[in-house]
Amino acid sequence: MNAATYNFAYLDEQTKRMIRRAILKAIAIPGYQVPFASREMPMPYGWGTGGVQVTASILGPDDILKVIDQGSDDTTNAVSIRKFFAKTAGVATTTRTDEATVIQTRHRIPEVPLHEGQVLVYQVPIPEPLRFLEPRETETRRMHALAEYGLMHVKLYEDIARHGHIATTYAYPVKVDGRYVSDPSPTPKFDNPKMNDCPALQLFGAGREKRIYAIPPYTQVASLDFDDHPFERYRHDGSCALCGSTESFLDEVITDDRGGRMFLCSDTDYCETRREEGRSA
Amino acid sequence: MYVAVKGGERAIENAHALLARTRRGDPSVPELSLAQISEQLALAVDRVMSEGSLYDRELAALAIKQARGDLIEAIFLIRAWRTTAPRFGASEPIDTAVMEIRRRISATFKDLPGGQVLGPTFDYTHRLLDHALAECEGDEVARSGATGDSPWGEGLGVGVGENGDSSFNNYDPPPHPSPTRGEGGPSLDARQNFSAQAMPRVTDLLAVDDLIEPAPAAAPDAAVGDLTREPLALPAERDLRLQNLARGDEGFLLALGYSTQRGYGRTHPFAGEIRFGEVEVEFFAEELGFAVPLGRIAVTECQMVNQFAGTASEPPRFTRGYGLTFGQGERKAMAMALVDRALRARELGEDVKAPAQDEEFVLLHSDNVQATGFVEHLKLPHYVDFQAELGLVRRLRAEFAAGNGVAEAAE
Repeated sequence: MNAATYNFAYLDEQTKRMIRRAILKAIAIPGYQVPFASREMPMPYGWGTGGVQVTASILGPDDILKVIDQGSDDTTNAVSIRKFFAKTAGVATTTRTDEATVIQTRHRIPEVPLHEGQVLVYQVPIPEPLRFLEPRETETRRMHALAEYGLMHVKLYEDIARHGHIATTYAYPVKVDGRYVSDPSPTPKFDNPKMNDCPALQLFGAGREKRIYAIPPYTQVASLDFDDHPFERYRHDGSCALCGSTESFLDEVITDDRGGRMFLCSDTDYCETRREEGRSA
Repeated sequence: MYVAVKGGERAIENAHALLARTRRGDPSVPELSLAQISEQLALAVDRVMSEGSLYDRELAALAIKQARGDLIEAIFLIRAWRTTAPRFGASEPIDTAVMEIRRRISATFKDLPGGQVLGPTFDYTHRLLDHALAECEGDEVARSGATGDSPWGEGLGVGVGENGDSSFNNYDPPPHPSPTRGEGGPSLDARQNFSAQAMPRVTDLLAVDDLIEPAPAAAPDAAVGDLTREPLALPAERDLRLQNLARGDEGFLLALGYSTQRGYGRTHPFAGEIRFGEVEVEFFAEELGFAVPLGRIAVTECQMVNQFAGTASEPPRFTRGYGLTFGQGERKAMAMALVDRALRARELGEDVKAPAQDEEFVLLHSDNVQATGFVEHLKLPHYVDFQAELGLVRRLRAEFAAGNGVAEAAE
């Protein structure tokens, strides 16, 4: 791509203005899905076009961008998106969570707590938390308008009746600011508590479904649960084979065909930083 | 010691270098030119222009070449280019009644003003592999295949009606005009001999006797909806529905249209008319105060005539289903017309029971660029979600085993 033929961060300024208006509305109504005129991006739908449009619209020349997928800066799609912005916007990039001003993510929230002034941009495949209970958009919009969330509680209850547990392990629904039930994107529910009272701004972009929603800094975000079945965080009970962390979310790596396996931090920056500090398994 | 996987960036670069080499294939075989694709794979170009919603033969040919003949990938390339192109307005509605016809058939009347014109079609070809083409003797075949001096616009041989005349037989238009480049070529002169034929649309003929519902009135001052600039809201107006279907995947619409014929939302369709040819595109220039021609495009239009029982207040008359594509895209235009009509179920007071009648189902799943992106995104890593799922399944299995162990011990 010849960067000179495209605007800063690829999108034209009119489109950015349109997206920024949607973002402002989303921030004003936390957790509400704002329809926006999602553009056809030079990468496939389902591969982060929503997150990319949000990032392109908020990025300034002084920003420092970090892009992760599955917690890692080195997964192919994270590399590809980071390269896209390095090329079209010429912004500085980093893998360090604490250095970044904008972090685009797919499926994870970094382990290191975010701070004020940072923006976390989530790539969202299906923004509608009620979609798998009610496939019709016309219906789910009405349910949100009336705050009619009984169906979701019935689903969670049926899980408990059938399995003894709430059987949702990722994209675990949250209630934002006591009003809108929202989809945290397919992050493991381990990450849900990080969304609550977070000092950073959290923006969610769903390109194919043409929706943007937001969680402003220091907003109350509660994972749905029952008094007698409170929300449970899950992580594999073990430690990282590289840095020894017993706190982080772990990836399972298969090492042979005889059941050999090991567990590693999914957040590669967290893991590397710990090792630089001299920690090991 | 285990070292975490790295090097995604180099892997990607290498993969793309490999792709470029694979795209070229055996270098001893001559490379395809865009003109070859545009001229000899013309229907692929037409499909990419239609579903890419950009009328530009050269860019479509480039996209097909770059996509190694994967048409959905080519459509995606065109869409991604199109989205960056500036908009300066909407054209005047094209008038297909004054189309320069290259093909026009009606399945509802044996003869009608303008006649039946077979034009270039696969219809009635016997699907026998032509080995002469394999020997690169296609030029011979093209020369010997025609019965007259010129194969273009040959009538069916039945009476062509009062307006039929011999000018068809002398008309030899360029097979594939590229009006977006403003190159009419030498055939422009030939075209001037071809005054607009009286080729009224079948639906217009039926409308004279009020046998078919009137076409929705044109609203020249109303803004033209554009689902590429505004998110689609449901229920969708007709302009957005037709835009969605025109961009929709041919295979998806074909299957849905077929399903209506097999009873899933039956509409009793007749192919009132299918016409393919060139129309002029005009743009109203504010500063001039009148419409100026921008060029000519080839389109295929299908008007289905469907049954309608009528109501207490309205006498029975036929209803319409409409399909339009860039270039020659009969299959798509016909399927689109079937689905358009099926989607009017609610408007016409019919039960909405079949998939093809379900607006939300059809309009939200018709786009092949969206569909392929989301289906193929399953290739992306999902390690983290899978790990969370794995943890739960292991826990449930452990509880299951413990529960069964308890039960066995108790026995």
